[in-house]
Amino acid sequence: MNDSIYRSHVLVCTGTGCVSSGAKNLKTTLEEELADKDLSSEIKIVETGCHGFCEKGPIMIVYPEGVFYCEVSEDDVAEVVEEHLLKGRTVERLLFREPMTEEQIPSYKDIDFYKKQQRIALANCGKIDPEDIDEYIALGGYEAAGEVLTNMSSQEVIDEIKNSGLRGRGGGGFPTGLKWQFAKNSDSDKKYVICNADEGDPGAFMDRSILEGDPHKVIEGMLIAAYAIGADEGYVYVRAEYPLAITRLEKAIEDSEKYGLLGDNIFSSGFNFKLHIKKGAGAFVCGEETALMASIEGKRGMPTPRPPYPAVRGLFGKPTNINNVETLANIPFIITEGSDEFSKIGTENSSGTKVFALTGKINNTGLVEVPMGTTLKEVIYEIGGGLGAGKKFKAVQTGGPSGGCLPEKYLDLPIDYDSLLDAGTMMGSGGMVVMDEDSCMVDVARFFLNFTQSESCGKCTPCREGTKRMLEILNRITSGDGKDGDIELLEELGHHIKSTSLCGLGQSAPNPVLSTIRYFRDEYEAHIHDDNCPAGVCKELSSAYVIDEEACIGCGKCAKVCPVDAISGEIKSAFVIDADICIACGACEPECPVDAISQG
Amino acid sequence: MAEMTKAKMAEFLEPVNDIISRYEKKERYLIPVLQEAQGEYGYLPEEVLKEIAVGLNLSLSQVYGVVTFYSQFHQQPRGNNIIRVCMGTACHVRGGDAVMDAIQDELGIDAGETTDDLEFTLESVACIGACGLAPVIMVNDDTHGRLTPEKIPGILAKYQ
Repeated sequence: MNDSIYRSHVLVCTGTGCVSSGAKNLKTTLEEELADKDLSSEIKIVETGCHGFCEKGPIMIVYPEGVFYCEVSEDDVAEVVEEHLLKGRTVERLLFREPMTEEQIPSYKDIDFYKKQQRIALANCGKIDPEDIDEYIALGGYEAAGEVLTNMSSQEVIDEIKNSGLRGRGGGGFPTGLKWQFAKNSDSDKKYVICNADEGDPGAFMDRSILEGDPHKVIEGMLIAAYAIGADEGYVYVRAEYPLAITRLEKAIEDSEKYGLLGDNIFSSGFNFKLHIKKGAGAFVCGEETALMASIEGKRGMPTPRPPYPAVRGLFGKPTNINNVETLANIPFIITEGSDEFSKIGTENSSGTKVFALTGKINNTGLVEVPMGTTLKEVIYEIGGGLGAGKKFKAVQTGGPSGGCLPEKYLDLPIDYDSLLDAGTMMGSGGMVVMDEDSCMVDVARFFLNFTQSESCGKCTPCREGTKRMLEILNRITSGDGKDGDIELLEELGHHIKSTSLCGLGQSAPNPVLSTIRYFRDEYEAHIHDDNCPAGVCKELSSAYVIDEEACIGCGKCAKVCPVDAISGEIKSAFVIDADICIACGACEPECPVDAISQG
Repeated sequence: MAEMTKAKMAEFLEPVNDIISRYEKKERYLIPVLQEAQGEYGYLPEEVLKEIAVGLNLSLSQVYGVVTFYSQFHQQPRGNNIIRVCMGTACHVRGGDAVMDAIQDELGIDAGETTDDLEFTLESVACIGACGLAPVIMVNDDTHGRLTPEKIPGILAKYQ
């Protein structure tokens, strides 16, 4: 442990988002600059996990002031050190600007993106060094595990979780306490707990950020679950595509073992718990719990019928409890703050908060954690800062490939498990992709179906063959060969696949198609009957772009970006687009400084 | 690899046997062994799979079944650099297709293929979880975000 006292802490986000925006170089430059100015003993650099505001990375926060700098580059470091760290003056040009008001906000907590959030699962993400167990402990880490192991019976723990109303955050929404009770009630000499970190939904990255930003919280959640059900061994099943999460988790497990928080006789309670990491090998279906267990056992990751449920006969035939990363990250809070405190947050049947990965055509993309019951409008406009300039909201997709698209009339819908189901989509793992008028709903449905079709494990015929047939129809529609009756056929196939598939993948695969037909049927009809893609996305249906000769100033910018050289002309005289060559990609349109290009 | 002599083959298989020897002969270690072997060889040649089947006391068909089930395992040689282009939702709506096209043009290969000089293998993946920076690609373990087709040549040049 380092006992030095520093006058300032500079937090540099080194989550995957910020690292790919250049945070590692930023940190190195900062170290050099501090050494150069002889400040290394006064100012400490802390590498943190994800702040959730990946859009604005690399992110740097200077404490004690709490000043939030965004999009900081290596070239800005000298100025930050000179101005802020030496002279105490905020570097205003690096502050965040609210997209709607253009207002500059110096402090982290005053930014709309953070102000409206309530962070439980993400509480420490971006605040602590995820590779330093002492920082986790300093913020109350392992206090809940200590309380549970030394003062509570396993039934008391389960009652507490039941009372909190916590439901599975991986998508299904099954009550966590009940799941634990089933596993506890199963008599066996050996039981397992598994953390499902096989986050495969395209558009969701909260589990990754939690593991990268606060791995100890997940370990603590698992330790408590293990004690509650009577398991002495656990696995974290994590995607191999998340190398940083795996590294940080490995370090966290190693440190916890050193501190006696994993291993034998934890907190001198006589309770033992051993934790392993199991790297996935790239199969979306392994997010399904029975497939996941098959994969840990070394088999092809194919689901098996339930019952028997994992709580009765799970991993290696032993009773097993499986929870998602975010679910486990809520456990320590429930124990330390009390289940009543937790159930006060959110709605009656969906208590607590939910983390959403807010992405797509929105100003502030990133991870947000809000109480259940927050409306879509609040998330998209108040936290997400709305859509890009002049763009109109069309739909929000929730629940990834298992979910659906909701139109504008649902913006006031309070988000919880049941309200989303009623509206024809689902919570899923929490992906939230915002789409504007430039997104084609048929293309979006085709996109998701293409994904589920290729990820279907092939065990059940309805899912294996049905998704393929649906995809063929969608491919036909988007390429201009749609027929009368296609929409009805999609609906019929969709309902059959949902009701006859074994696992969640097949049961939910048709949702993106069914929900877009439900809310955007006119777009399907336009494709089929009018050979028209209203959003201009489906190339075979899109008409060529044209240049308004009167307005064109002959700058030639459009011709430079055209990927198929369809635009020709002389500089300073009007350019023309050859309609036969134009593929309607739309690349030229934003290039035009005088808005002379439009789709014909 | 029929042309290999017995001695050469034994030498070729030494690393995989080394890996197998560190694990118990249990089915549950098949995936970790395959992962390590692929890390060593870059892909999973048939001879290596046979060795693993014998080493873990499993049938070759069982090993083959697992190898073909998971997208992470490859039975063909792979490039020195692996490019993974994200085709996830966020990347899709923010122009991931154009990025993929640009890479295909630049390298002259399609997704799923490897360049003749074994420098690059190009793959599409469902999501790499960096949706905030869409569209995104990963080259080896580096993530590159907020891409446009124009940025592609510069990024690839770094790895050549």
